Amino acid sequence: MLYRESGQFKTSYVADSQIFPIRQDRIFFALLMAVAFVAIPFVGTEYWLSAILTPFLIFSLAALGLNILTGYAGQLSLGTAAFMAVGAYAAYNFQLRIEGIPVLLTFILAGASAAVVGVAFGLPSLRIKGFYLAVATLAAQFFVVWALTKFPWLSNNSSSGVITAQRLDLFGVAIDTPVKKYLFVLGIVTVLALIAKNLVRSATGRAWMAVRDMDVAAEVIGIPLMRTKLLAFAVSSFYCGVAGALYAFCYLGSVEPDGFSLDLSFRILFMIIIGGVGSILGSFLGAAFILLLPIFLDNVLPALASSLHLPFTNATVSHIQLMVFGGLIIFFLIVEPHGLARLWQIAKEKLRLWPFPH
Amino acid sequence: MTTVFRNVQRAALVVSVAAAMLVPALPALAQTNDQFVALPSYRVGPYGANGQSFYGGFVDYLNYVNLKEGGVNGVKLGWEECETEYNNAKGVECYERLKAKSSASKGTAYHTMSTGISYALVDKTAADKVPLVMMGYGRTDAVDGSVFPYAFPLVTTYQMQVSAIVKFLASKNGGSLAGKKIVYLYHDSAYGKEPIVALEAEAKLGKFNLVEIPVAHPGNEQGAQWLKIRQENPDYVIFWGWGVMNQTALKAAQKVGYSRDKMIGSWWAGSEEDTVPAGEAAKGYMSATWNVAGKNVPLIADIEKVVYGAGKGNMQDRNKVGSVLYNRGVSAAVVTVEAIRGAQAKFGKGKVMNGDEMRWAFENLNLTSARLQQVGATGLLPEIKTSCDNHEGSGKVKIQQWDGAKWVVVSDWIEGNKSLIHPLFKATAAQYAKEKGITPACMKS
Repeated sequence: MLYRESGQFKTSYVADSQIFPIRQDRIFFALLMAVAFVAIPFVGTEYWLSAILTPFLIFSLAALGLNILTGYAGQLSLGTAAFMAVGAYAAYNFQLRIEGIPVLLTFILAGASAAVVGVAFGLPSLRIKGFYLAVATLAAQFFVVWALTKFPWLSNNSSSGVITAQRLDLFGVAIDTPVKKYLFVLGIVTVLALIAKNLVRSATGRAWMAVRDMDVAAEVIGIPLMRTKLLAFAVSSFYCGVAGALYAFCYLGSVEPDGFSLDLSFRILFMIIIGGVGSILGSFLGAAFILLLPIFLDNVLPALASSLHLPFTNATVSHIQLMVFGGLIIFFLIVEPHGLARLWQIAKEKLRLWPFPH
Repeated sequence: MTTVFRNVQRAALVVSVAAAMLVPALPALAQTNDQFVALPSYRVGPYGANGQSFYGGFVDYLNYVNLKEGGVNGVKLGWEECETEYNNAKGVECYERLKAKSSASKGTAYHTMSTGISYALVDKTAADKVPLVMMGYGRTDAVDGSVFPYAFPLVTTYQMQVSAIVKFLASKNGGSLAGKKIVYLYHDSAYGKEPIVALEAEAKLGKFNLVEIPVAHPGNEQGAQWLKIRQENPDYVIFWGWGVMNQTALKAAQKVGYSRDKMIGSWWAGSEEDTVPAGEAAKGYMSATWNVAGKNVPLIADIEKVVYGAGKGNMQDRNKVGSVLYNRGVSAAVVTVEAIRGAQAKFGKGKVMNGDEMRWAFENLNLTSARLQQVGATGLLPEIKTSCDNHEGSGKVKIQQWDGAKWVVVSDWIEGNKSLIHPLFKATAAQYAKEKGITPACMKS
């Protein structure tokens, strides 16, 4: 009843091709933005802002980057964490070595550095596909971490290899409190997500999907494979690089090369598998699932255990949390192999007919 | 009709489940008149065994103070653990969660037992004005309290430790290592790399040859490294391992026939968790330590009597009471409780201390041997006296040797070469201050 599009006529191509063609969606999105930008900074506690929402947004951005490459262009990658590391270290070095560089420029340059590295490691994709490409991107993963440890210049000769993020000043405003960091991250993520959404709906995005679905056919109809694939690597790595820089500057505050391990790459890959491969929304849902569910279980299980008078130690709770988490992943993959984004889509279709389905 | 109803029912179920997911679990607030101690601990994951002993000892001592004295001057100690799994991101999440549990103490003092998590918390704890205590790990240049007012690498640091090891080796060779060859075999991470600067300075000063050989994480394959060591045939191997790497090294040394009593490890390579799995290969191996093992210490024996007697012991494997890491956890708790005591003596007995008051207490800690004796911890850990210039407070270690069944202490407290090492800290701390735009200054209160 509430979610009905009857009476909403499109009279121009512009109206028909907007991101949210249904008015209710537009209202919902506007409300969501209002809540995210206005309400949450007022009501969010420090814990929610700095330990839950900020990392959620940063990981969403990284997942979005990987989704562009894997979900839209069909190139399987295990090097996400490496591209994040490049972004983080690049941002650190730009801030360190160029006096008074604007913050936004730093982040763009960090993303660009990651894009260059991404293109370099994307070159094998012209020859190899699928799992073999995954192995080639694995090389990026190990090479970047090795290089960051090997060349002390990159970490400003820090004896431990750990870098600590400098303070950020955006147009004279220091980004130092959890609220400001959250808003800064939110702003960047919103802009980049909107760009991504438009990018995948454009000719570029259609070229990526054509390559994903069948690259020979795509080549036959005149899509240059090299340009398309490398562009996907560049854009994807740009997103991951910015996410890595945000991870270092707005979340952890200090990072070491070992932190960007294969483990992190896998986590982000799981985010897009759970959330939905080839979906912008899926990146956010997947990040929320992988990141927030363990925290939720962590909070609920001990309380549950004590209310049921079960003699659980902390270690047991952690083990149970891992088991429940694994079980839920399998459950969602069986129930909806196309990810949470697909569930959302189904819900929307059902809602259109509710309460009187055919 | 029924399908409609069923659909409504299903929708309601979905919504209620979703709502349950979104509602944050109401945090159980700590009792306001308790001194709440936050414990970002780890008991699962690759280093879970180490964490179990350390945090087990820590919790046992807090329990002991509550049972024996009814808290500190009547203020009961409360605590809560949060599992970090030795993972930096989870550690930050735990910190934020624990901090919010008590507005009065903000968690009193944070012991993460992880170099990575500590690095991530250095800025945050300073902003929140609550002490970060890193007993025996990094960030080591936090020794300079004018740059790092809220961070305390108490007792001793990697650099001072390696310096003390060199001193010990020199003493075995008539006071000089000139012309000797020493291999430094290390875990290729922040942990293993931090001492290199100090070791190079020592090599220059003592005129011995230094060969550095890294081992990639996790270090369960060291064939190539030990082949190199056999070729080099050094007089000593200084060994900086962690976790599974330690037992692997001991076995590999046995295989290539390198004498274990010429191997000397750091304090993270010197616990029962390292030597027992290596079996016969570990016999004769030496390591540094800033706390002794065993139940000979009166305090450890008393904890076993009081806490375990009351059935409130934290260790599931009671045999590990008295192990190196258990005693290290107790030592860390002793220092924390003594800091609470010191803070109360200055800011009011019987009150809950906040982060700033605790900071003062850690910076003006004076744990004399007389006080250690009162606590029953004579010989468990060295005397500690801190100041703004010296957040380390001691810089002393003992050397212990594995006799095949237990660790035997073979030296007295050895202090590293402070005049050589501390300027190194000053230099990197100054660099940090410059990067962060901090003006170094000692805090008065």
